[in-house]
Amino acid sequence: MTTQHNDSLLRFMTCGSVDDGKSTLIGRLLFDTKTILADTLTQISNTSKKRGMEAVDLSLLTDGLQAEREQGITIDVAYRYFSTGTRKYIIADAPGHEQYTRNMVTAASTANLAIILIDARRGVLTQTRRHSYLAHLVGIQHIVVAVNKMDLVNYDQATYEKICSDYLTFANEIGFAQARDIKFIPISALAGDMLVDRLENMPWYTSETLLEMLEKAPAAHTEGDEEFRFPVQFVCRPHASADADLHDFRGFMGRIESGNIAVGDAVTVLPNGYQSKVKAIQIGDEQLQSAQTEQSITLLLEDEIDTSRGDMIVKTGSTIEPVKQIEAFVCWLSETPLSPARTYVIRHTTRESKAKVGTIAYKVDVNTLEEQATTDLKMNDIARITFKLAQPLMIDSYNTNRATGAFIVIDESTNNTVGAGMIV
Amino acid sequence: MLNKEKSNHQPLSHLDWLESEAIYILREVAGQCSNPVLLFSGGKDSLCILRLAEKAFRPGRFPFPLMHIDTGHNYQEVIDFRDQRAAELGERLIVRSVEDSMKRGTVVLKSADESRNKHQSVTLLEAIEEFGFDCCIGGARRDEEKARAKERIMSFRDEFGQWDPKNQRPELWSLYNARSHKGENIRAFPISNWTEMDVWQYIEREKLQLPSIYFAHQRDVVMRAGSIVPVNVPLVNGEVTNPVKAGEEIIKMQVRFRTVGDISCTAPVISDADTVSKIVLETATSTITERGATRLDDQTSDASMEQRKKEGYF
Repeated sequence: MTTQHNDSLLRFMTCGSVDDGKSTLIGRLLFDTKTILADTLTQISNTSKKRGMEAVDLSLLTDGLQAEREQGITIDVAYRYFSTGTRKYIIADAPGHEQYTRNMVTAASTANLAIILIDARRGVLTQTRRHSYLAHLVGIQHIVVAVNKMDLVNYDQATYEKICSDYLTFANEIGFAQARDIKFIPISALAGDMLVDRLENMPWYTSETLLEMLEKAPAAHTEGDEEFRFPVQFVCRPHASADADLHDFRGFMGRIESGNIAVGDAVTVLPNGYQSKVKAIQIGDEQLQSAQTEQSITLLLEDEIDTSRGDMIVKTGSTIEPVKQIEAFVCWLSETPLSPARTYVIRHTTRESKAKVGTIAYKVDVNTLEEQATTDLKMNDIARITFKLAQPLMIDSYNTNRATGAFIVIDESTNNTVGAGMIV
Repeated sequence: MLNKEKSNHQPLSHLDWLESEAIYILREVAGQCSNPVLLFSGGKDSLCILRLAEKAFRPGRFPFPLMHIDTGHNYQEVIDFRDQRAAELGERLIVRSVEDSMKRGTVVLKSADESRNKHQSVTLLEAIEEFGFDCCIGGARRDEEKARAKERIMSFRDEFGQWDPKNQRPELWSLYNARSHKGENIRAFPISNWTEMDVWQYIEREKLQLPSIYFAHQRDVVMRAGSIVPVNVPLVNGEVTNPVKAGEEIIKMQVRFRTVGDISCTAPVISDADTVSKIVLETATSTITERGATRLDDQTSDASMEQRKKEGYF
C-alpha cells in the first residue's frame, strides 16, 4: 500500500429522516469503505444486542450525543469522514425534520453534493420537496436522488422509474432541473445494494453505484470561471523584528475565495479603490508564482497601501462595487424572532457591518414553496429581505459566488449567529 | 517555485485543502479575538498546529502565546520536546500545572493514583481567568470521538467553561463567529476536519519532528484489564509513577504511543513502526480506533467524553 497524499476532497450532505434510512446509509458507506474499525463495531453490536436487535444496527454509528441517544433522534449536524484510494470525504449529516431547516441549511453551506433519500415505498413526499428546495437555495450543484429500501419493493424497476419521473416533474416546476446536475440511483442501504457493492438484486440498473458517483463528482471550485476574490484576514507587519529586511514587510494574509492570481497581476483594494500590482505570493516561506482558489496565502504588493482586515483585493477591472444595501434570502436560525426594529451585525467574508432590516418581501413555505406576505421571521423561516448597511460590503450574488454572496447575522446582545443570508 | 498544476485550476489535494482551511481558521482567531492562546502539549496534533501557525503568520511572530496545562504526570521526553520546540520557534510558552491547583485546593483527587487528566479542565479555567484569554486554540479532531463529531470549529463556552451540546452556535460556510463577552470563551479547533491518517500524512510531508515515544521502543509494561499499561515511569520531578500492583508481571514490549497525554490514562500499542512512514502504513491498516486503543478514560462509559466536555474539557 502506498500513502495517498494527492487525493482530492469532496464534501457532501445527506438529506432524509431516520425513516428514510439515512443513518443506515451513512453507516453502510463507512462500513463498506472499511472506515469502521473493530472496536467501534464491537461497541455498536453490543448496543444493538442490548436493544434486542438481531443484526448490527449500522445507524448507531451516527448516534452522537447522549441526549440524542436518549431520544432516539438526531438534533444537530454531525461530521463524518471516510476515504477511498483516491478521495477523502467529509459527510455533513443533518437531521431532516421540518423543525431542523436551520441544520439542513448549515450542512448544505459547505457541501458540493447532496444525497436526497426517498423511501421507495412512499415516493416523492413533502419532505423531498423541502430538501430539494433547500439544497437548491444553498447552491449545491450536484444532486443524487437515492431511492432507498428497494428491497422492500422487491427491487421493482417500474416503482423506481415512477419515482424518478415524479421527481423530475417537480424539479422542472421549481426550475431546479435546469440549474443542477441531478442523478438517480436505486439502493438498499440496509442490504448494501448499489452503495459500494453492486450485488445482484437489480440487474436492470447498469449505471454507476453510489460510491462511483461520489468518486466522479467534481470537487469544489473546479467548475466555472470565477473572478479573483481575496478578503484580507490579517495584516503581517513584523517591523519590530531584529531582521532589517523585514522592516518594510507588509503581507496581506487571507484565503483566495475564488479565481486565481499571479505575480505581476494588477489589483485593486476595496472599498477604497487603491491600485497596485502583486509583488510576491507566499505560503509560509515558500514563494509561489501563482495561486488559486482555496489556497491560504500571503500577498505582497508593489506599493505601500493602507489595508486592513475586512478589505477585499480583486483584479483591477473586476465587476464588483461596494454597496450599502443588500437583498437576500435569509434563513432565521434563532429561537428569538427577527426584530425589524433592532440593529444587527452582518459578517460577510472577513468584514462586519451594522445592519437594519429594510423590507421583508415575502417568506417561503419550504413545503409548498409558496410565497407568503409576512412581517416577522421565526426560527426555520426563510424570507427575502433587504438590509441597510452602516459599512459598504463588496458582494457578488450567491448564485455566482458562494463565498462573497453569503453572510451571517449576529445578535450582539448574545453574540449568537441568528441568521444565514444568501445575496440575490 | 512555479506550480503548474495549481495554476491550471486542479483541485487542491486533500492535505493542501486541510492545511489551507486550518491556516484560515488560525487567522480568523487572530483577526477576531483580542487575547487568544494556543494550547500546546508536545503531542502530534499540537505539533501540526505549530507548523500551521508558522505557515499562517511567518515572517511575523505568532499573535498568541503557547500554553501547556501540565498534569505533572507527563513523559519526560514529551516535556523536553515541548520546551525545545517552543525555544526553536522563539515563541512564549506558559506552563500551568495541575499540581499547583492541587496545592491551592481547587483540584482534589479522590485517591493518589486517580488520573489527573480530567482535572486539567480546572487548571485550564484558572489559567484562562488569570490571563484573560478569550480564545483557546486546541488540536481536537471530530473523528476522535462521537461527542466531538458535533463540535463546532469555533465552540462557545460560558463563564464556567461549559459546553452545551444542545445550544451551539450555528456555523455556516466559513463565516466563523468567535465573538464572546468578557468572561466567556471560545475554543477554536483548526484541525477539526482532520483524521488520524491526515495528521500522520501531514507529519510525513512536512517532515515534522516528534517526541521519541511516538516511535516503536522497548518499554516495561503490565497487562491491566486488557490494556497495556506502562509501569514504573520516571517523572520530571524525580518521582516514579504507575507502580506495579501485586500479582502483576512486568513484560518488556516493543510499543509506541498513538496519543500522548497524562501517563495514568494513555496506553501504548504493540508496534514495530519506528519511522513516520511506517506509522502511516500501520495507521492505514489498523483495525482499532485511536482512542479505543489508547485512551483508558474514554472506555468508562458511552458518554464519558461528552461529560468531560460539558465540564470544560477540550
